[in-house]
Amino acid sequence: MKQSAKLFFHTLFRRKIVVVAALIILFFFICAVASPLLATHNPNEMILKDKLQGCSAEHLLGTDQLGRDLYSRIVYGSRIAFIVGVLSVILAGIVGTIIGLVAGYFGGIVDSILMRIIEAIMAIPSIILALALVAIFGRSFLMLPVVLGVSAIPGYARMMRGQVLTVRELDYVQASRIRGNSSIVTMAKHIFPNCLSPMIVIMTQSIGSTILGEAALSFLGAGIEPPTASWGAMVNDGYKYLYTNPGFAIIPGVAVILLVLAFNIFGDGVRDALDPRMRGGK
Amino acid sequence: MGRYIVKRLLETLVILFIISIIAFAIIHLIPGDPVYIMLGTDINQEFHDQVYREMGLDRPLVDQYFYWLGRFLTGNFGHSYYFKQEVSQVVAARLPITLYLGVFSSVFSVVIGIFCGVITAVKRGTWLDNIITVLANIGIAMPSFWLAMLLIWLFGIKLRILPTHDFVMPSVNLKLSLQQMVMPVICMSVGGVASYTRQTRSSMLEVIGQDYIRTARSKGLTESRIINKHAIKNALIPVLTLIGMTLRGCIGGSAIIETIFNINGLGRVMVVALNNRDYTTLQTGLVLLALITCLCNLAVDIAYAYVDPRIRLK
Repeated sequence: MKQSAKLFFHTLFRRKIVVVAALIILFFFICAVASPLLATHNPNEMILKDKLQGCSAEHLLGTDQLGRDLYSRIVYGSRIAFIVGVLSVILAGIVGTIIGLVAGYFGGIVDSILMRIIEAIMAIPSIILALALVAIFGRSFLMLPVVLGVSAIPGYARMMRGQVLTVRELDYVQASRIRGNSSIVTMAKHIFPNCLSPMIVIMTQSIGSTILGEAALSFLGAGIEPPTASWGAMVNDGYKYLYTNPGFAIIPGVAVILLVLAFNIFGDGVRDALDPRMRGGK
Repeated sequence: MGRYIVKRLLETLVILFIISIIAFAIIHLIPGDPVYIMLGTDINQEFHDQVYREMGLDRPLVDQYFYWLGRFLTGNFGHSYYFKQEVSQVVAARLPITLYLGVFSSVFSVVIGIFCGVITAVKRGTWLDNIITVLANIGIAMPSFWLAMLLIWLFGIKLRILPTHDFVMPSVNLKLSLQQMVMPVICMSVGGVASYTRQTRSSMLEVIGQDYIRTARSKGLTESRIINKHAIKNALIPVLTLIGMTLRGCIGGSAIIETIFNINGLGRVMVVALNNRDYTTLQTGLVLLALITCLCNLAVDIAYAYVDPRIRLK
């Protein structure tokens, strides 16, 4: 076990770009955890006479339309990106895994019904689905991961189902059934662990797109309640001042790209490290 | 093949049935009295009751659903109190714009993406491969609304060569229409181009490593013939599955892009309808968008089964 973990990290960090990605994620993670220490101002403090300033020693990245410090708001915004991004992937991953396991294991009518529901959810454009769910559940801190998670469930469920179908008829699964293990035990102890690694891969890879989803939602004004800082909402605020202060809208977007890019590259790295074909070779 | 098509058709019908339940349920899931939420609380009781009955809200739930579905299937989508016209008119005016831009962006994504993917795979390891791969990674990580803003700032404000908002169909004013669609189409397709590039690249590399390509090489075929005749065809099979998702992505993305560029399409109408709790428009739009996605998926699946016999025999 220890050996395989060592091999995993060795393969993961063999490529320098993955190391850089991991460092960027770490950097934003530190921003999220230590926001009060790193921010120079209170992110929600409005000083109207200082509004829409450019970069200066006092305000590193300038101020927004309400005189709030942009740098501090970007630092605090990393919290929303992280919490919403990671939580909704975990939520959707758990629900998707269960649906996929059940559909793949039982097959037949259960499979048909579950897959049709999954396909129905997939047919609704994800941003519209998210907006509708916001209208139903509200936009509190705890509901946002749920809202963004729902549109990610189909991907996980289909992935898991495909995996289950490939191992379902294998000898060790049959053996578990013959021993008289219940379906739940067979699924949890014998099928699930063998379908886990592709699941981890797509979960890591989709953190980035979830962060993008959160940014899009808050850009449309349906993200976290203001005044809490969120990168997407900041881009939207800056949009109105594009003519005079282009930096205001552009800088928060750069933060989104950096973090999403880092997560995507890291996700690809995890995929390669978990792929036995990629190990060992140079 | 015939059996496969019938099976997929039936499945699509079931999916549409589920979507109709979802669209119907939304009105009951959003908290509050639908009529008051939709029209505001300053309407008198009689008007409230009239609309309440008109929407069938006084009936039992199952009745309501079939009443709504029956009207929906006969093309009676109801009246939009927000847009102050029939929903069918609201949709008829806007759906063509969204479809036009969506289809255009999808085709653009597929063509450019596959082209870039093939190039990067063939020129693997060169500076061209590196540049395109880096750009593709950034393209996937970039929020479309942010790119939209960057383009507006560059082409609309700094260079002043492209209009920054509104859209007219080419039948109205061809030159203006073409100018207006440049930025929205770029923003809607950048994610698609990037994912096609990546998918095609990895799929091409996999195919190029196969035995039959080695056979083709050892037969002494030219490299271009190997790529065009043997590699691309097989590499594109997994890429095909992405196509169904692309139109869905473009149409979904239209909600944001149309809002930014002030385009009067269905995507923006959906956002406006949601923000103003215009339930009738919302339900209709939801079902129509899902219908388009389902038909598109169906077409792709049938094409896929046609190209790859393994699918239809399963």
